[in-house]
Amino acid sequence: MDKTAAIELKNITKTFGSVVANKQVSLSVNRGEILSILGENGSGKTTLMNMISGIYFPDEGEIFINGEEAVIASPKDAFQYKIGMIHQHFKLVDVFSATENIVLGLEEKGRYNLKEAEQKVHAICEQYGFELDPHKKIYTMSVSEKQTVEIVKVLYRGADILILDEPTAVLTPIEIRKLFSVLRKMREDGKAIIIITHKLNEVMEISDRVSVLRKGEYIGTVNTAETDEAELTEMMVGKKISLNIHRSEPKNPTPRLEVHHINCSNREGVKMLDDVSFTAQAGEILGIAGIAGSGQRELLEAIAGLQKLDSGAVLYNNPQTGKMDNLCSKTPLQIRELGVRLSFVPEDRLGMGLVGNMDIVDNMMLRSYSKGKSMFLERKAPRDLAEHIIDELEVVTPNANTPVRRLSGGNVQKVLVGREIAAAPTVLMAAYPVRGLDINSSYTIYNLLNEQKENGVAVIFVGEDLDVLLELCDRILVIGSGHVTGVVDARTATKEEIGLLMTKTTVAEKGERS
Amino acid sequence: MAGMGKTKHSRIHIVKREALPWYYRVGVRALAIVAALIVTAVVIMLLTHKNPIQVYISMLKGAFGTELRIWSLLQNIAILLCISLAVTPAFKMRFWNCGAEGQVLVGCLATTAVMMFLGDSLPLPLLWTVMLIAAVGAGIVWALLPAVTKSLWNTNETLFTLMMNYVATQLVAFFLKTFVKNGSGVLPPMPEYGLPRLLNKDYLLNIVIVVVLTVLVYIYLKYTKQGYEIAVVGESENTARYIGINVRKVVIRTLVVSGALCGVAGLLLVGGTNHTISTTTVDGRGFTAIMVSWLAKFDPLYMVLTTFLIVFLDRGTQQVATDFRMPNALSDIVTGIILLFIIGCEFFLQYKIVSAKAGKENA
Repeated sequence: MDKTAAIELKNITKTFGSVVANKQVSLSVNRGEILSILGENGSGKTTLMNMISGIYFPDEGEIFINGEEAVIASPKDAFQYKIGMIHQHFKLVDVFSATENIVLGLEEKGRYNLKEAEQKVHAICEQYGFELDPHKKIYTMSVSEKQTVEIVKVLYRGADILILDEPTAVLTPIEIRKLFSVLRKMREDGKAIIIITHKLNEVMEISDRVSVLRKGEYIGTVNTAETDEAELTEMMVGKKISLNIHRSEPKNPTPRLEVHHINCSNREGVKMLDDVSFTAQAGEILGIAGIAGSGQRELLEAIAGLQKLDSGAVLYNNPQTGKMDNLCSKTPLQIRELGVRLSFVPEDRLGMGLVGNMDIVDNMMLRSYSKGKSMFLERKAPRDLAEHIIDELEVVTPNANTPVRRLSGGNVQKVLVGREIAAAPTVLMAAYPVRGLDINSSYTIYNLLNEQKENGVAVIFVGEDLDVLLELCDRILVIGSGHVTGVVDARTATKEEIGLLMTKTTVAEKGERS
Repeated sequence: MAGMGKTKHSRIHIVKREALPWYYRVGVRALAIVAALIVTAVVIMLLTHKNPIQVYISMLKGAFGTELRIWSLLQNIAILLCISLAVTPAFKMRFWNCGAEGQVLVGCLATTAVMMFLGDSLPLPLLWTVMLIAAVGAGIVWALLPAVTKSLWNTNETLFTLMMNYVATQLVAFFLKTFVKNGSGVLPPMPEYGLPRLLNKDYLLNIVIVVVLTVLVYIYLKYTKQGYEIAVVGESENTARYIGINVRKVVIRTLVVSGALCGVAGLLLVGGTNHTISTTTVDGRGFTAIMVSWLAKFDPLYMVLTTFLIVFLDRGTQQVATDFRMPNALSDIVTGIILLFIIGCEFFLQYKIVSAKAGKENA
């Protein structure tokens, strides 16, 4: 097979404000080859692919297609270069049939010839072994069928460079097998295929070569046949970097929160938490590590009373009464009425933790406004609290009456964490509290969490940076697709150990579920 | 960038602005109104071949020409403002209540029914009380139905409230057909059962009530816990859940407030103004109110200004149409032009347009 590079990226850099999403990334894909792009969350995989498919435009660097320099300024340009991207979230019209969705957007004179289109769709399906009913309406389709429509759609448009963004994330093992067999057929047909993933076993199974990104930087490319999971994990997570985060020894930790065998499913009925059990102790920081979307959000929301559980119990060891309260199937309000001082810094700061259009004072009130019998709001205390937090945490803002959406990410986070800590919690949960923050703000947050730990709070810290987790936490709970895959001592564990636990997929159990 | 020439793309970016100083914002808005008046003048000139100054004088006369016209202007402002106040809590909560038209109309109907059937048997003060209760109750029922189904089954409130408008209109038609004795379908006014006249002025009571309501709604939205909950639910339902607000409860409670205020508007329309009812008593003001509320960004005090603007334009252009023998559609054209400018300038206050090159340098 002729192995000319179908697409080659040279020194691609893309920044968003002060965040560098991709830094000097170079890679290439040949015809008749499947390249995996491997990296943790936020390593810049999707940004890179979006630049190939014309959604973003690189700040620096060149893209070559079949050896010629290409300018891809819009998805339409990408299409002209025969690049087709299959996004993680499908972009289909629900009430249209498969064929209608496939031809939609093609510039044809007059009316679409659906009969002809159908035959062509049929031919594509035959060639690569897709199972697709061209008449079926999208809203009656399963996730896997929708994905098939997306793939056939780009093939219909003549794509010979295909990019699939985490195609297996939503599929059952049987569907994954089918997808892989289709991908292999496309490879035989001389297509260049890029798949973005972080599942190591799939990388090993499907790809010819693997390119690894870490924190926006290109780490290297290896031939799949010449590598193993351990090496890839190391490339993905990197060597341990010392951050010098202060960590004190936990002072007589006592169980504060006991999670017993909890299960929950999302709206589509997909299981998000599967028999999760652990204990969070007072005076300790419990880290939670895992690939994004492995159930971290559901876990924290389940504890906070925002997520309905299918089964299991969340027991709170009340230090005042000495009794165990079950928080399961209680609303946040009922939990508070029990006297449980639970603070929660959610991942979605402006969409959940704060109200972007309200000023700092009004955001301070979110937790406390309902206190007291008066029907009127009392803004004096929240104003004092706002001023206090602005002073203490050095929030950069014109004044306390500035809408929080006008603050920078770090300052937004300081406002949120400040408020949650001000409630004098006994349990403090923080999801990705330093995401998008600069070094100084990050350390401010670490210090705040440490202070809480030293005050005897049970701190639960969901993080993505393994270096931080290893230096800040006392114990780390690792979850992978809704399961607890391990609990390690943060003082002795290694990054590789956690990396492997994170990517451990339990295929057999998944099969039983579907 | 050697290859840039190959693909043609006009790259214009829309970029969000930083907060502008207040005098800038006021200035831009004033400028927009002036620009709108100039464009209107040109349009009118082209259509009527009259001196635009004369046209504007006729407009002013239409609004302020006689004492009667001033009272009528104020009365219209009062009613429209009242309905605007009514829709505001719901809109602030991002509950798209497009049913003010119907909610006011059932308020009117309830008032009329009480006047007709109980007018003879009750002493006036008691009658007025019953009218108030009936009107408010009717408005609440009309607003509550879509709110409850929304909370229970997540029905689309826009469609539901719109459909309730038709039901209200047909209900009034049915009422008139059944109870108007002479069969003409026109109910003779019953001023003897109308609301009291303050200082012997026709509309003064209406105006005073709406002034009080404006202040109350302002305080309700800005300084009460319930108002705060409305704002939180409107801005982000997720945040509301996160802090333990019962979203269903807030939706229903707010629609009760909204419907009650619509009922009051109905009471003022029938009890304080028309003393009778027809299917067009509300005359589209349930929808105009939505615009008034949006233009004022849901601030009751600003709504006084936006209501004035809309009513003034309406009255003034009607006068122009009469004076220069133009069809009534002129009023709609002029109102449309002015609103386009006002809404357009809001866009430029929030965003700026930069060309691709400049945008890149900034980034």
